[in-house]
Amino acid sequence: MIRLEGVHKAFGDTHAALAGVDLEIGRGEVFGIIGRSGAGKSTLVRLLNGLERPSSGRVLIDGTDVATLSADGLRALRSRVGMIFQNFGLLWSRTVFDNVALPLRIGGASRAEIAAKVPALLERVGLSEHGAKYPAQLSGGQKQRVGIARALATNPEILLCDEATSALDPETTRNILDLLADLNRELGLTIVLITHEMEVVRQVCDRVVVLHAGRAVETGDVADVFLHPRASETQALIAEADEHVDPIGFDGPVVRLTLHGKAVLDPVLTRIARDTGTDFIILDGRIGRLKNTSFGRLTLGLVGGDTERAIAALRLEGEVE
Amino acid sequence: MSGFFSNVDWSEILQACLDTLAMLGGSLLLTVLLGLPLGVLLFLTGKGQPWENRWGNGALALLVNLVRSMPFIILLIVMIPLTIVLVGTSLGVAGAIPPLVVGAAPFFARLVETALREVDRNTVEAVQAMGATTRDLVFRALLPEALPGILAATTVTAITLISFTAMAGAVGAGGLGDLAIRFGYQRFQTDVMLVTVVLLLALVQLLQVAGDRLVRHFTRK
Repeated sequence: MIRLEGVHKAFGDTHAALAGVDLEIGRGEVFGIIGRSGAGKSTLVRLLNGLERPSSGRVLIDGTDVATLSADGLRALRSRVGMIFQNFGLLWSRTVFDNVALPLRIGGASRAEIAAKVPALLERVGLSEHGAKYPAQLSGGQKQRVGIARALATNPEILLCDEATSALDPETTRNILDLLADLNRELGLTIVLITHEMEVVRQVCDRVVVLHAGRAVETGDVADVFLHPRASETQALIAEADEHVDPIGFDGPVVRLTLHGKAVLDPVLTRIARDTGTDFIILDGRIGRLKNTSFGRLTLGLVGGDTERAIAALRLEGEVE
Repeated sequence: MSGFFSNVDWSEILQACLDTLAMLGGSLLLTVLLGLPLGVLLFLTGKGQPWENRWGNGALALLVNLVRSMPFIILLIVMIPLTIVLVGTSLGVAGAIPPLVVGAAPFFARLVETALREVDRNTVEAVQAMGATTRDLVFRALLPEALPGILAATTVTAITLISFTAMAGAVGAGGLGDLAIRFGYQRFQTDVMLVTVVLLLALVQLLQVAGDRLVRHFTRK
């Protein structure tokens, strides 16, 4: 549905925001673009609705090169591509209702259409009672819901999220991401989400690209990229999210165990401990969720018993490093 | 008391007040009508904006700066031939309005441009991302969002126009400034000077308070 071919984007003569990116995003996918500030994420997402044009390379939406579109063609494309923003991008001088109605008015919808559609959109994002309020009277999460309702007004096929949860607290972030996941499921909406937070990618994305200095350093399924990061930039991003602390004072054998799927819910450690006589000390660990599956990642200290056999048994359950 | 105000001809004061208000009203209206589009144009042709145009923007900016850098009292005199062509006279309220508008519109346009630049960048992008035309962008987003700033700019411009009308009094425009100069300054009638100054102060104060209220009324952020 979305394809980038050798996309370069330079601002001025010197600074290249994107230095040759190839990417393919499928219909109905939740696709994450992760990277630090300045990695080129914002530029990349703005190429997809023509807010920015590539210096070279092609951006194809359903096979159409965005750069070749006329002004009218670009406007038509933009009604198929919704966008939400970190700072919401709402009209602060207009009510919630008028904000959501704006894309419809721009598209030339009749009064009756607007009167029918806006309340339905507000209900979908849980803001039915707030239509008459001004955005400044809402909480951050509610403001982003207004942004989402507004982005959905033209029935887009693609939703671009530009750091949409970065201004929100963790709980609100989870709620907004749940809403996005629901919309993805119910409407088959393709979502392209840029963020600098691994947690966001982990919670909702199917696939992810890691962007560093304008290049895609790693692309793949979230579970693969997250559990087996190859690029050092990816490893650094994950390490930050997990806040590893190395405990001091243990000098026996140490293994890192990664489990996913059903193995997370099996009493793996206690069973192996019984079988092999080896006890486990949990030095570091995390059990969590990757969109639709569970994962566990533990750093274990091994004490006594047959440690060789214990490690071999662990290998049968998950990956051991 | 009546001894001190013996020089004050209250009917003349009233007439001067009405003249000043007429000059202010007429020139403010025309200044906004002319300066608002000019300000929008300055903004739209600026860097990174929909009608980005370096030369056009540079030419507009030069014009605005030229007029703004000319002292108003000089502009008044330089404008006389043009004023006569436009309104048939260079005297009285009518004769004062063209130079007032030419003096104030570029100033107002700059303030409008600044107010437009302060509109949230994300908001502008969001509206563009909806497929808005530049016309939609201006009328549905930029102007409504910048309204408080534009009202504040109008207040500042109105106050500047009052001081301009006082100067216009020096070349025969009438109004409170004219009284202050002819009687207060040239004839040493301190009481006339005092009354006109108090009235001008009151007018400025009134405008400022009214302007601030309007700004507050339309600020939702």
